[in-house]
Amino acid sequence: MVVALLLTVVVGACAKKQLPVARPMPPPAVTNAANVPPPAPPPPPSPVAEPVPVPPMPVEDTIGSKSLDDLNRDSPLRPLFFDLDSSDVSTEGQQVLQANAAVLRKYPAWQVTIEGHCDERGTAEYNLALGERRALAARTYLVSLGIPADKVKTVSYGKEFPFDAGQDDGAWSKNRRAHFVITAK
Amino acid sequence: MTHSTHSRAADVASGFSRTSRVLLPLLIAASAAVWAQQPAPPPPAQQPSSVELRLTGDPGTPPRMAVPDLLALTPDRETQEAAKIISEVLWDDLNFEREFALIPRDTYKSIPAAGSIDAVPFDRWRELGADGVIIGTAQKTATGIRVELRLYNVRARQSAYGREYTGSAANPRIYAHTMADELHDSQRSLRGVARTKLTFISDRNREAVLATVEKRDVKEVFIADYDGASQRRITINRTMNLTPSWSPDGRSIAYTSYRSGGADILISNIFAGTMESPAKGIGQNYLPVFSPDGTRIAFTSNRDGNNEIYVVNRDGSNISRLTNNPAIDVTPTWSPTGTQIAFTSERRGQPQIFVVNIDGTGLRQITFESYADRPTWSPPPYNEIAFAARTGPGFDIKILGIASGETRQITFGEGSNESPAWAPNGRHLAFMSTRAGRSQVFTVDRDGRNLRQITRDGNNTTPNWSQ
Repeated sequence: MVVALLLTVVVGACAKKQLPVARPMPPPAVTNAANVPPPAPPPPPSPVAEPVPVPPMPVEDTIGSKSLDDLNRDSPLRPLFFDLDSSDVSTEGQQVLQANAAVLRKYPAWQVTIEGHCDERGTAEYNLALGERRALAARTYLVSLGIPADKVKTVSYGKEFPFDAGQDDGAWSKNRRAHFVITAK
Repeated sequence: MTHSTHSRAADVASGFSRTSRVLLPLLIAASAAVWAQQPAPPPPAQQPSSVELRLTGDPGTPPRMAVPDLLALTPDRETQEAAKIISEVLWDDLNFEREFALIPRDTYKSIPAAGSIDAVPFDRWRELGADGVIIGTAQKTATGIRVELRLYNVRARQSAYGREYTGSAANPRIYAHTMADELHDSQRSLRGVARTKLTFISDRNREAVLATVEKRDVKEVFIADYDGASQRRITINRTMNLTPSWSPDGRSIAYTSYRSGGADILISNIFAGTMESPAKGIGQNYLPVFSPDGTRIAFTSNRDGNNEIYVVNRDGSNISRLTNNPAIDVTPTWSPTGTQIAFTSERRGQPQIFVVNIDGTGLRQITFESYADRPTWSPPPYNEIAFAARTGPGFDIKILGIASGETRQITFGEGSNESPAWAPNGRHLAFMSTRAGRSQVFTVDRDGRNLRQITRDGNNTTPNWSQ
């Protein structure tokens, strides 16, 4: 118990220590090819000065104190979307993943599962594989941003759980997605 | 005691009908009971008969057949209902294979029922144009019901085939199914499918998936008779299950299950109530199919980093990998002899069907569609592969003759049509269609005729037909 508390304090202190430091975003990948992982982000810069005592944060960390269900209901981890029959992570998708990576770095204890989903225009069977590709593509990019591989699981639900039951381009584009679920914190 | 029991598995398996032979003019005492929990010993061997009496119709046309209500010999309501159900179901079963021309039942309501050959009004049946008529009786017994069914050759005024069954009255349909299979066997040398079953996935129970905040309905494994009767849920794991596949003996169903979070292959031994996990949860495992001899399972797995086709012994031993390609390889199906696997691959762009020998050699592409998936290899005597092909906004079922290389289409843009699965005699397919609005299971003959809707409740997908 005491150890856990100490750890929490230490982790909290580290997090606070790094907060003011402007962290460069990893560069967006130049190519869109799915199989070419983007270059690894540069290591975080070392602190330039001795840390000075930081006053307590003015607002409480509302995200960190939420229950898992509440977190997933209003998730700080955004989904990314894919083109038809494609598992390529788009430029926009890379930005989503960079933002998600920033959240995950802030909460290093989180375990997440990336669910790969498809729209109804592929077959049920093939979509299991395509959904898995999408989840893996998102995971690969996250790992390239420095997120530990063992924090991120993947699963494919094919076209079985559409986000939008509609049968038009708008619904389909929402259903071709990689959806993040926080499974432990 | 004449009452022996046959489990559903024995009904599904073909052993019962294959060992029976026509004996004339005696009725053969056979037995059948439904929903028994224990497998039964095989029925005693019957003496083969040298007597063969086949109905014939007019030249070039199938025999015309009538199936009036059975005569209930006891007045209790259960027997009365059974007498009606058996005749209705037998009419449907015989109609299904299109080997007989079934005369509509409402055209002979006025012809009196007969309890014996002396009472059969042959002139009336002849006037109706029937070549054959099936006359039967149902009688309550101490333990259940006794059903006698006899096919009469109307022109010859002779009994052509007769059976007596005793067993439970709980599901009288099984007596009709058994008689239909035996009639198709003895009269048309055809393996009927009246006692086969379908398995499929349904979300009809509207239960919420556990461990998610999204609104998701569970998808569980169901089974049903081939005609959609007696639909029952098999799994209760409150998650998503998909792509069920029967073992050849009809006692087990392998399927993709998300029970443990990720996708893995489970085998439910549906009578023993036990489960197996042959892929052992290594990586994500999908789309299991039993080999024709039931000893092995082909499936898709990403255990080596990318979706490939694997074959493993049912007990999880001796796993081998058939494909090695950075593309997606998915959805295997066995050739009837178990020597080849057809599967879907996008290694040349869009998903197409490929065939490979079981040792991984001899790979070849066999479809050249804009998108093809879910190959399913027909049983003998047909050498065909059915698959779903993108034909527009949705999919249609196509059938490729492997020897001829020719492809024919059997659905035509009514909704999206996917996931074909052959009946064990190769004459019918089950598939999923959205033509009725939601996703439902249908059956259709291999020429595209005789479309029947099997499910109506909830969404029902990925059917598979027992052997």
